[in-house]
Amino acid sequence: MRRLLRGITAFIVALLVWQAIVSLSGVPRFILPGPAVVAQALWENAALIRDNAFWSAGNLAVGLGIGIILGVETALLLALSRRARWLLRPMLVAAQAVPVFALAPVITLWLGYGMPSKIVTIALVTYFPIASAMFDRLMALPAGLIDLSHLSGASRWHETLLLRLPYAVPGLLSGLRLAVVYAPLAVLIGEWVGSSQGLGHLILMSNGRGQTGLMFAALIVLACLSLCLWLAVEALSRAATGRLYGDRSSFD
Amino acid sequence: MTGPSIRISGTLFSGQTPLISGLDLMLPGERWSVLLGQSGVGKTSLLRLIAGLPCAAHLEGQITCGDGMLIAPRVTMMAQDDQLLPWASAHDNVTICSRLRGAPVQPNRAAALLAKVGLSGLQHRKPTQMSAGQRQRVALARTLYEDRAIVLLDEPFSALDAMTRQSVQDLAVNLLANRTVVLITHDPGEAIRLADAAWMITPSGSTQCDLPSSAMPRDAAATETLAAQAALLHQMRGHISGDAA
Ligand SMILES: Nc1ncnc2c1ncn2[C@@H]1O[C@H](COP(=O)(O)OP(=O)(O)OP(=O)(O)O)[C@@H](O)[C@H]1O
Ligand SMILES: [Mg+2]
Repeated sequence: MRRLLRGITAFIVALLVWQAIVSLSGVPRFILPGPAVVAQALWENAALIRDNAFWSAGNLAVGLGIGIILGVETALLLALSRRARWLLRPMLVAAQAVPVFALAPVITLWLGYGMPSKIVTIALVTYFPIASAMFDRLMALPAGLIDLSHLSGASRWHETLLLRLPYAVPGLLSGLRLAVVYAPLAVLIGEWVGSSQGLGHLILMSNGRGQTGLMFAALIVLACLSLCLWLAVEALSRAATGRLYGDRSSFD
Repeated sequence: MTGPSIRISGTLFSGQTPLISGLDLMLPGERWSVLLGQSGVGKTSLLRLIAGLPCAAHLEGQITCGDGMLIAPRVTMMAQDDQLLPWASAHDNVTICSRLRGAPVQPNRAAALLAKVGLSGLQHRKPTQMSAGQRQRVALARTLYEDRAIVLLDEPFSALDAMTRQSVQDLAVNLLANRTVVLITHDPGEAIRLADAAWMITPSGSTQCDLPSSAMPRDAAATETLAAQAALLHQMRGHISGDAA
């Protein structure tokens, strides 16, 4: 409740500052529209924005879901198999140095302007941080617990499932935090490269037509979407940490 | 459950450099053997080699059991850091080893052991919700659940306050009866209190320490215990200044 109140206060203050900048600087409304103008654009284009937002959010959900599932599976596979590590680890490292976003035009070229290319871009961009953050943590099992596994005569499979996997949950969560920062960017870039739908498309199109109010409205909806995603991950993270490590969660 | 005697002989190396040369330790079966020695001399390494755990040092020589059977499947170890799983309850921590092996869990035995170490009400607590002494008792219950004939203890009581330490020590002595126990400690008081036999490990080998004739666990406040403790402390100091010279 306290947090909600704080959030609302921050939102109102931001609106006031925005309005103050617009009024005091006298910037024309086609450069920087005030909150009232944007609210009006949001109201008047509600159906248009909603449809495009749903399209983008749908891609985001599916892409992120695929990224998470494949990321977790890759991390587990690498933790389980020495051969897979030998083969795939360099790729994982290289992928962190290369901006995966740059692949968006190629993916669009191969998969066209529709949903598949957007979903693949989002999945790709979220896959790497999740896979590598989780893998790092899977391999960082403390020496004492490795000894425990050794003394019990555990197989690699049991060790991974019972020790490494629970130990890697914080890694998965930090990968997820990175992924939800990247995912909306991937939505934008995917749609900017070529799309006839979505919030990114709407921003680009309204900008071209000088509909600055609509552009800001779409931007704000996208920002809200990102924020919700981020809040969801934070909540998940708190819940998981509380469940795993008990109330006093000082473990990391 | 009868613990075999263990014999360690040879030279312990770290790479090319010898850490302990001319080792010949005969650790009696079903007894508590205490190893003392300066930090870095190689005590933990010896214990890891007995347990068959990966180790930076290697032994040119032999570790054998009095009964001629393998050590590795009969050994368990407890370290200074309790090594509990932070995400698992006390009960799940006690039974983790059998789950790791893929063997069926014996919940009643785990509960009985937790009760024996005085934690019957805390089965569902996570390690973060327990005190250091309680955590170490969970680790002790886990060690007991393994029910191995050889138990290696690497300074397991050193992080506890004096009173808790005594009670955990007494518990361990009671519950580890008839097993071969090897205890590493830096605390002369603990050594004198718990040892059936004790050795001072130095780079040039091992020397057996004098102990009171009474049976362990000895009363920490008894005159002969205190005298033996003082003598041992003197011996430890002598080795340190001797090495520095
Ligand atoms: N991973 C490692 N690589 C190289 N040398 C190591 C490694 N681990 C330990 N050593 C060396 O091996 C020697 C023995 O270490 P060990 O841990 O057995 O000592 P210790 O007698 O148990 O000391 P302490 O009483 O401080 O625990 C030390 O001199 C240490 O520097
Ligand atoms: Mg040591």
